[in-house]
Amino acid sequence: MADTPEPTSALPFFRTQFGLDERSLATVLETAFERPIDHADLFFEYTTQDSVSLEEGIVKSGSRHLEQGVGVRAQVGERQGYAYSDEITVERLRLAASTARAIAEGTARQRAVAVGGQGAPVHNLYPLAQAPTEVAVAKKVALLDAVDVYARRIDPRITQVMASLVAQHRQLLIVASDGTLVGDVQPLVRLNVQIIATDAAGQKREIGYQGMGGRYELEQLLDPEAWKPLVDEAARLALLNLDAQPCPAGTMDVVLGPGWPGILLHEAIGHGLEGDFNRKGTSAFSGRMGERVAAPGVTVVDDGTLPNRRGSLNVDDEGTPTQRTVLIEDGVLVGYLQDRLNARLMGMKPTGNGRRESYAHLPMPRMTNTFMLAGNDDPEDILRSVEHGIYAVSLGGGQVDITSGKFVFSVNEAYRIEQGRLGSPLKGATLIGNGPDVLQRVSRIGHDLELDRGVGVCGKDGQSVPVGVGLPTIRVDGLTVGGTEG
Amino acid sequence: MTTNGADLLELALARVLAEGAASADAVLVESDVLEARVRGREIDFVKQAREQTLGIRSFVEGSKGLRCAITSSSDLRAETVARIAEECVALARAIAPDPVAGLPEDGFAREIPDLSLFAPGEHPFSVDDRIQSARQAEAAARAADVRVTNSEGSQVGSDYSRIVYATSSGFVGEYRTASHSLFSEPIVSQNGDMQRDYWLTVGRSLSSLEDPAQVGRRAAERALRRLGARRIPTCEVPVIFDPLTAPSLLGHLVQCVNGYAVYRGASFLAGRLDEAIASEQVTVIDDGRLPGGLGSKPFDAEGQPTRRNVVIERGRLASYLLDSYSARKLELKTTGNAGRSAASAPRAMPTNLWLEPGSLSLEDIIGGTSRGLLVTELIGMGFNPVTGDYSQGAVGFWIEAGEIVHPVHEVTIAGHLGDMLSSIDAIGNDLLWLGRVAAPSLRVARMTVAGD
Repeated sequence: MADTPEPTSALPFFRTQFGLDERSLATVLETAFERPIDHADLFFEYTTQDSVSLEEGIVKSGSRHLEQGVGVRAQVGERQGYAYSDEITVERLRLAASTARAIAEGTARQRAVAVGGQGAPVHNLYPLAQAPTEVAVAKKVALLDAVDVYARRIDPRITQVMASLVAQHRQLLIVASDGTLVGDVQPLVRLNVQIIATDAAGQKREIGYQGMGGRYELEQLLDPEAWKPLVDEAARLALLNLDAQPCPAGTMDVVLGPGWPGILLHEAIGHGLEGDFNRKGTSAFSGRMGERVAAPGVTVVDDGTLPNRRGSLNVDDEGTPTQRTVLIEDGVLVGYLQDRLNARLMGMKPTGNGRRESYAHLPMPRMTNTFMLAGNDDPEDILRSVEHGIYAVSLGGGQVDITSGKFVFSVNEAYRIEQGRLGSPLKGATLIGNGPDVLQRVSRIGHDLELDRGVGVCGKDGQSVPVGVGLPTIRVDGLTVGGTEG
Repeated sequence: MTTNGADLLELALARVLAEGAASADAVLVESDVLEARVRGREIDFVKQAREQTLGIRSFVEGSKGLRCAITSSSDLRAETVARIAEECVALARAIAPDPVAGLPEDGFAREIPDLSLFAPGEHPFSVDDRIQSARQAEAAARAADVRVTNSEGSQVGSDYSRIVYATSSGFVGEYRTASHSLFSEPIVSQNGDMQRDYWLTVGRSLSSLEDPAQVGRRAAERALRRLGARRIPTCEVPVIFDPLTAPSLLGHLVQCVNGYAVYRGASFLAGRLDEAIASEQVTVIDDGRLPGGLGSKPFDAEGQPTRRNVVIERGRLASYLLDSYSARKLELKTTGNAGRSAASAPRAMPTNLWLEPGSLSLEDIIGGTSRGLLVTELIGMGFNPVTGDYSQGAVGFWIEAGEIVHPVHEVTIAGHLGDMLSSIDAIGNDLLWLGRVAAPSLRVARMTVAGD
């Protein structure tokens, strides 16, 4: 496509597409400063999202969505005024700026704003040869057809295959009154496979789900070496669950497998360490900096700089470069996740975690890729160490009550452990725990850290953003398992 | 709202047909939105915008049916509309033909009844007045008790939308809606225990909203009664859901009676039409024409008139929720439940869906429970519509001898949705509309509660 910009700079795109230059952008910010405000910024977005989906053996639908818009924000103290528009013109921008600044009263002396610079972020974590939305739709259709044929040959009990391929190309430009002028081009791809298996009697149905993705070439997903294991896994889960026994109920020792079970960290502590809740004092972790919140040996980080990961970003949605932030070091709480507003109000530094779903949303402190560093234990030994409990291999979604610290996550694949041996597969169940003490109950940490396959979506205050998680095999002593068997 | 919607849709449809589509539809959604939050004495944020999205769906003739694609854009400049129309047809040509795809053949709405979805006298509303409501709720919540020490704030939302829908077969319809809300979430603390809870009010008109100070006070009362919450031993007991948590069970039911889940075999209720699936006390209705209803609309996302559908009649599964596609798949008729955003294909969705109230108050139900759990908040995503298996985190109150004894947290409740619906043995009279799905208090005879 002729107007595809350089992979890491969205600035030329917004310049040519909407006739924006540094002077007109500065004028808009100056409009906001006609009232006494502390900070103002502009967030331009132009996102294309394509998807194709298959069910019942045919690719039934395709879609392409175009979202463009700009958000103007004014800050004074804790207050934020925000106005956004689908139309990107200087006139609209000035109107939005006068709406946003209305949170401040009175008039201010005229202030000159200068913006400038290269506009390219310091990181280059996802350079692409081709935008995923520019890959021919026929290739995507062929992939889903191949997934269907392959899945149905795995086992005669497979009765339904649903698959979808989603490609996003998000171009951003962030301009702020402190002179910030930075753009980013963020690709994101994802393949989802859902398989339904029905038992021989046609009575029992089960579903298996797997997905993978990241900020990489869509071509990578087209490779059978990449997608066949994913389909195998979805089929295995659906078939396995046909034989699953009811899950026990009560408090017991739980071994979490590596990878996606890192959602435990995301729910149990990650949200509770976001700057907004701690600035307001509404988190169960408020005021606990420097205290022991996890067992010795537990180190948890949030790292937005991992190349090609779903949760990674060159810059956050406020233009701050992403970084690796240590949240818990050897069991002690050492860091929060910050956006600009909360960092300023808490006298801390932004950590590159100011994120938003789109131009229609205000940024908030959010996670990127959150994981626990590996320990020294052998995963087999960890399983053998449990007398009576469950081994949770694959998880679904989770949720947390920030204030009370109670969190849940659901298990999709689990096995009973008796005297250190794996028993029968168990039906799914919700596990519940208390964020501030669950990591203090971590008694073994495996050497097998894995990151998830790139499917995480985090919801907060009505906004969804892509995230990643990771975990080595760990043993948690005493988690409540929400099964049905007493 | 200045766009002449019908003209824009006509332009888009003409372009799609000119590109070779056999048929098409298009929808335009325009909204004015306001959100504002007050925390303590300070405004936390004020957010305002006008949004617009155009969605185009085109069908192209194939050997064995129609090929379907959707494009949408928030950029409505003429050249962009032309481009997304062309892209829509080009994309459809790459999609497999589906013998069942297509617009509804007939049955389009002939009249567009006024369902009181919009109070013209209230628009444009005063932003300051809405912020004032949030201030009143916040002040009342904070003043309710000395143990109210903090809050996540009190938030108002107002949204005015205009929906215009047209098909290449000649249907054109439009309607306007409004919705307003006020939500308050205080935090209470005592002896190192910190708890939150909320209360809210939602309506199509500002005048239908609950008094702001009352919203704040009720939120504070709900948070205060959670102080001192503790865990309970694992047990099997009756579980009572209050009007804030009972609708989630209907939400799970909706997933399972959705025509798409049914034809895919992705619902434990597939193939169960006319069977008893719930207790005889249970009647569930979906009605898209309740005056002022939060899910009301004069016609659905395919231009079909909305109507009253009985989903469960005294325990018997009487109807699925269908749009024209899922209806054709199941050899049934659409139930007028097509819903879509401008950027998505129509899907079967509830309009206003509720469980018919009974005659008992929540106090009566608690009073008739010798030992059990009252659930006031649920967390998690522990429902599997394919199997019906249910397991969720719960917050609530322990009941002994018909009385609330103490608050409970960090437990789960688990069972099977089919068993839960079949064993509902008490239904309250306290139906409360806070969204499109509502249910009164109800009691499930037996569930597993996991705790200590």
